[in-house]
Amino acid sequence: MKYFRLVWKNVWRKKIRTSLTILSVFVAFLLFALLSGIGYAFKGGVDVADAERLIVIHKVSLINPLPMSYLNRIASDDGVHSVTHASWFGGFYQEPRNQFGQFPVEPQAYFDMYPEFNIPDEQLEAFKRNRTGAVVGQELATTYGWEIGDRIPIQATIWTKADGGRTWEFDLEGIFSSDDPRGSTALMLFQHDYFEEARAFAKGTVGWYVLRVASGADPIQVASAIDLQFANSPNETKTSTEAAFAQSFMKQYGNIALIVTLILGAVFFTLLLVSGNTMSQSVRERISELAVLKTLGFGDRAVLGIVLSESVLIMLMGGLLGLGLGWVLVQGIAQQMAAFLPGVFLSPTAIAGAVAMMIGAGILAGIFPALKAMRLSIVDALARA
Amino acid sequence: MRVLNQILAVTWLNIRNLSQRIGSSVVAVIGVAAVVLVFAAVLSMAKGFERTMISAGSEDTAIIMRSGSTSELNSGLSNDQTLIIANAPGVLKNGDATVMSAELYVVVDVKKKSSNTDANVPFRGVQPGAFDVRKDVAVTEGRMFEPGKNEIIVGRSAQQEFAGLDTGSRIRFGQTEWDIVGTFEAGGSVSESELWTDVRVLQGAYRRGNSFQSVRVKLQSEDSLNELEAALEEDPRISPDVMTEKEYYSGQAEPMSQFIKLIGYPLTVLMAIGAVFGALNSMYSSVSVRGKEIATLRALGFGPTSILFSTMIESTLLALVGGVLGGAVAYLVFNGLQVSTLNGASFSQVVFDFAVTGDLLVDGLYASLIIGAFGGLFPAVRAARLPVAQALREL
Repeated sequence: MKYFRLVWKNVWRKKIRTSLTILSVFVAFLLFALLSGIGYAFKGGVDVADAERLIVIHKVSLINPLPMSYLNRIASDDGVHSVTHASWFGGFYQEPRNQFGQFPVEPQAYFDMYPEFNIPDEQLEAFKRNRTGAVVGQELATTYGWEIGDRIPIQATIWTKADGGRTWEFDLEGIFSSDDPRGSTALMLFQHDYFEEARAFAKGTVGWYVLRVASGADPIQVASAIDLQFANSPNETKTSTEAAFAQSFMKQYGNIALIVTLILGAVFFTLLLVSGNTMSQSVRERISELAVLKTLGFGDRAVLGIVLSESVLIMLMGGLLGLGLGWVLVQGIAQQMAAFLPGVFLSPTAIAGAVAMMIGAGILAGIFPALKAMRLSIVDALARA
Repeated sequence: MRVLNQILAVTWLNIRNLSQRIGSSVVAVIGVAAVVLVFAAVLSMAKGFERTMISAGSEDTAIIMRSGSTSELNSGLSNDQTLIIANAPGVLKNGDATVMSAELYVVVDVKKKSSNTDANVPFRGVQPGAFDVRKDVAVTEGRMFEPGKNEIIVGRSAQQEFAGLDTGSRIRFGQTEWDIVGTFEAGGSVSESELWTDVRVLQGAYRRGNSFQSVRVKLQSEDSLNELEAALEEDPRISPDVMTEKEYYSGQAEPMSQFIKLIGYPLTVLMAIGAVFGALNSMYSSVSVRGKEIATLRALGFGPTSILFSTMIESTLLALVGGVLGGAVAYLVFNGLQVSTLNGASFSQVVFDFAVTGDLLVDGLYASLIIGAFGGLFPAVRAARLPVAQALREL
């Protein structure tokens, strides 16, 4: 630390070169922040999944409905604390591109199942009382500027009404938020009873069941017991933990994580080359000076440390700035894309990883010039100058 | 003319002694190569996806679905409604029979080979006309399914991408077992991601009664679409969305390719900015290393213009080499790479190849030229303005 001024002066000896290197590091970490923020959305909320919640879907495919009668049969199973259901509505607001999740649910049971969603009691009561009521997550309300009391028309793409209509109108009775900043709230919920009564077909079915395992019960055992119960029936089930369900669904998009990693790899490789080149240039130019330092009594380790700190410092300056701006932008993107791609988030793990990479890249870029500086023989170096 | 000769002479000199500045030059080249590589890789994904989707659609095939359904999966048509369509004006007839296929579109879970996780694979029930309303579809291995039997033919891409779909094997969806009796190809289009069976059998297996989800008809000509649409709109028994197959698939492809481009272009711009910094760095050091040389040239009578341009040319050439390198790597690694993704619009898998097309590579080269020009500009100005006497004295 006591050499900080010396390191600082050395860093800024060639202002243009250092600024350019810092700027390219800045760009690299800005990219890192953006890509990992978007990549996080493709993990599909695996991190926020509740380990004690299980999802029961039709074995053939998520699009096949399950009979309503399964509700009581699942509820009576050992190891099941509570169970509720939801369905996929798949409509849009005003224009087909405004798609987001809309689920017909049992209001009280749904909010009991998802305690991380917070809704004021009086809003939940109002939702329960109004047959055509709906509640939306904070993200959606912000995106479309909805307020409580608004009447929201949703165009159905699947569910025509019994009267042939395709527009379903809902009264907004409440807005819920999530405890967890990583969890998406781009969701609209309305009453299953209304859905059941008004839809033209598939009455008596639901999309999927969600259940909470009793405390102490093994989720895996509960899951296989449920699947066994419905085996060889016309509607076999596939039960998985919420995390596994989210993961397997997101995996359907293909290996987004791998693509992101490949791009970041290319970026970092380039970054290392650029900064490594800068470092070795600056050491080469200063050989005689380093020899003077050693003549003055600076040890090998001190010289190594000084050169290494220089490159780490350059990385940190550019990297932290880039990460900072990236963090701000990710907040903006998360808000903008809440409905289209929910769950854009720069996780603390990613931030820690980025800082570790800055230091690592700094050391890698500086190590060879630094070793060269350390091994410098004073006589040779001075003679060369 | 004299200036041109000077520029050429100095540029040639710069190129010949590039080897003395190999480190920073290589860095600049690789920086640009990385930009072009990422650009071509990301956008070739969008290109490949679009190509697969759009090559499926033809202009003279109409697809009819229930009004308001954004995809076949959401649609529903009764048997009576399909008959109305069969007898509507504007549709092509072969003798007395309309060239058409009323189809059912469901999704089944099949494991992806690459990740061993379940994927939504489209499973389509078709009528014999399916081969006439689509272009270039043919069974290439095994045989056609027999009507009325639990037999499937599998698209070539689906067979490569998903597990257990080889001809001759047997697969179970829910309570029903199916024999895979053949493979079909469809010119690499989205149909190749699908499994096909007799629509009557699928209706039974999925308890869909006598209902369908879409009807494809061959049009008498590309202009018959309006006639057909007008006739169906007037009919009170049906409320349809009528469009050409090409329109339908373009619409399906749009959200995904928009998304890839939304990520791809800003990514490339950001990386390009990074590469400009790299190129600037390398050209500044090239200029500073050659300070004495440049001053000597000036003293010999070479003008500042020739120094300026030769530095610009050097930087542009380096960038161009990077661009070619990046494009070549992108082509070798990514072109033809087969992947599959969930197409949100149809909630089912589409298998497609990355397509590193010629125009993508040309765009990449443009990008590298721009990077090279920006990276060379300021160092070139500095080189041209170098005070001669001072530079000569310094060394």
